[in-house]
Amino acid sequence: MTTTLFLIQLLNGLQLGVLLFMLSAGLTLVFGIMSFVNLAHGCLYMMGAYFAATAYAHTESFWVAGLAACVGGAVLAGLVERVVAQRLYMRDHLDQVLATFGLILIFNEIARWIWGASPYYMNVPPALSGTTDIFGVRYSTYRFSIIVAGLLAALGCYVLISKTRIGMLIRAGSINPTMVSALGVNIRLLNALIFSLGGALAGLAGLMSSPILSVQPGMGEPILILVMIVIVIGGIGSVHGAFFAALMVGVIDTAGRAFLPLILREFIDRSSAQAAGPAIASMLTCVFMAAVLALRPQGLFPVKNG
Amino acid sequence: MMKFQVKSFSIACAMALASMGSHAQQPLKIGFLGTMSGPAGALGQDQYDAFMLGIEHLGGKLGNNAVQVLKEDDQLKPDLGVELAKKLIEKEKVSIITGVTFSNVMMAVHKPITDSGVFLIGTNAGPTPITGKGCSPMYFSTSWNNDSLHESMGAYAREQGYKRVYLMAPNYQAGKDAIAGFKTQYKGAALDEVYTQINQPDYSAEIAQMQAANPDAVYVFYPGGMGVNFVKQYQQAGLLGKLPLLSAATVDGTTLPALKDIALGVITGSPYSPDLDNPQNKKFVDDFRKKFNRVPSLYAAQSYDAAMLLNSALLKTQGKIERDAFRAALKQANFKSVAGPFKFNNNQFPIRNYYRVDVAKDSSGQAALVYKSVVLKDHADPHASQCAMN
Repeated sequence: MTTTLFLIQLLNGLQLGVLLFMLSAGLTLVFGIMSFVNLAHGCLYMMGAYFAATAYAHTESFWVAGLAACVGGAVLAGLVERVVAQRLYMRDHLDQVLATFGLILIFNEIARWIWGASPYYMNVPPALSGTTDIFGVRYSTYRFSIIVAGLLAALGCYVLISKTRIGMLIRAGSINPTMVSALGVNIRLLNALIFSLGGALAGLAGLMSSPILSVQPGMGEPILILVMIVIVIGGIGSVHGAFFAALMVGVIDTAGRAFLPLILREFIDRSSAQAAGPAIASMLTCVFMAAVLALRPQGLFPVKNG
Repeated sequence: MMKFQVKSFSIACAMALASMGSHAQQPLKIGFLGTMSGPAGALGQDQYDAFMLGIEHLGGKLGNNAVQVLKEDDQLKPDLGVELAKKLIEKEKVSIITGVTFSNVMMAVHKPITDSGVFLIGTNAGPTPITGKGCSPMYFSTSWNNDSLHESMGAYAREQGYKRVYLMAPNYQAGKDAIAGFKTQYKGAALDEVYTQINQPDYSAEIAQMQAANPDAVYVFYPGGMGVNFVKQYQQAGLLGKLPLLSAATVDGTTLPALKDIALGVITGSPYSPDLDNPQNKKFVDDFRKKFNRVPSLYAAQSYDAAMLLNSALLKTQGKIERDAFRAALKQANFKSVAGPFKFNNNQFPIRNYYRVDVAKDSSGQAALVYKSVVLKDHADPHASQCAMN
């Protein structure tokens, strides 16, 4: 196992990690502040990818595609909040799960209706194709740009939440929403804002993944499972928790897929290692979550309750 | 939007056919069962469109009989497939059912259909159990046993003299069958066999490991959206064109539109290529493109062949569908397949050629599937010997 390979896999892990962060930042806030379970978050990601791919196909401009994905994601999330989520804040979690699961089916069907069942696509913008030298390792420029975009998004979230007035309200809301509304803050508006912010970030994730993935109905669901794991590990409602947990999950998942079959081969015979490797690798993140839940049920970086 | 138009157009065609039938004497009812919705819906749609195009080419008739095709969508659910097959047989009284896109549905509907004395003409799925021991006199396939695509690429790797091949497939039965099928023909070293999670979107980790292993060639089986993802990422890693990528069912007529130039250089094993040089294929491809504005896939070709096969048999029996006579007529396979030489083996699966088909630029500069060479000539699947019929 060479250092180069190790570094490349580390970068791959980081790249998956920042993508997971973009998806979990908004969701964890919605979870934490409104105690609302939103399974349809993956659909915003999917729609963001579709918006980006469509805009790029028409304009050939990555910036326009980015704008379409983020604004589209935000508007759609706002709409979901107004039409569906708002009515369900007071209901129990099962109702919320049922309603948002229904949204998944609706969004997937809408996507299929508009764009067809076959995978849709978006090319890598020419400026970002090829490879770049990073610490002496040749790595895909586009994947590196995903890492950069993810880190910028994380920085943006940090500034917004720690340095601005809205961020202060968000932080207060995640600790004690009742008290915040009692103090005369329009918590409904705040909720809608957080929902839209989450939608914009999901759209950004959709934009960044559409050149490397096939854009198709149902693409949001597999990644949603990882996002849920990230939220639980990071601590519900905690954005900085989501950031660190996302990076951890990204690296663990990638390292598991890359190295576990090789490591297993040292202990058991080749064919069993080939069979067991991917099975165990896919469980690794869940095992990690279970361990966190057992030792620190509030998550690794919980919101501090005053 | 285009999709929508095509769909409503084919519905209109079906309705037109149905109304035409009612004027003549009782039309011959044929059931079409396929996966028309969901992510894999494009496959069933191709099968249906091509079957209807075949009937249209024959003047709306099969063997001088007016026909009525009843379309059913199994949604890739085996239990629903069985329900729909029963409905077609008991309520609609069809005597022939064609289509069937996926193996799991095929395994479920095969027995209910053939046991009730209805002819089943499979035009895609060919799972091994019903190719070998479980073969049935009422079941014909115009496609292939599931292993054959992989056998053809294994044979190609052997011919090319690749010493070290890296194998990848999703971690489920068809993925394992793919790699086993490849290895029946390929005798060199399998450098590694990597099974990834089904529907895994990102292969960056696996591709980095593959690069580090430094193989002579790579063989993958990634149907549907997985194939789009894999090929895209393989190309983005700068490997396509440098490290030969052999594949089966990964880049096909349904996924190429999403990949286009990205897939240039992918080598596939296939029983069909849209540019095969024979008059019946030329007519089929030209009219299919004109009518549906897309290039027909192998699923379409197999289904078109089924219409031609049924026509030839019905001509022979003068429109009668009596068990033994009709079966004998079908077995003769007295039609010209768009895919080249075609005859039936004792298990009623085709003995046919398998080709190397590359993704390359066609004469108009578009990325297309382009025929390169015959890899396996008159290939019969090895399971036929286990079939007790003759």
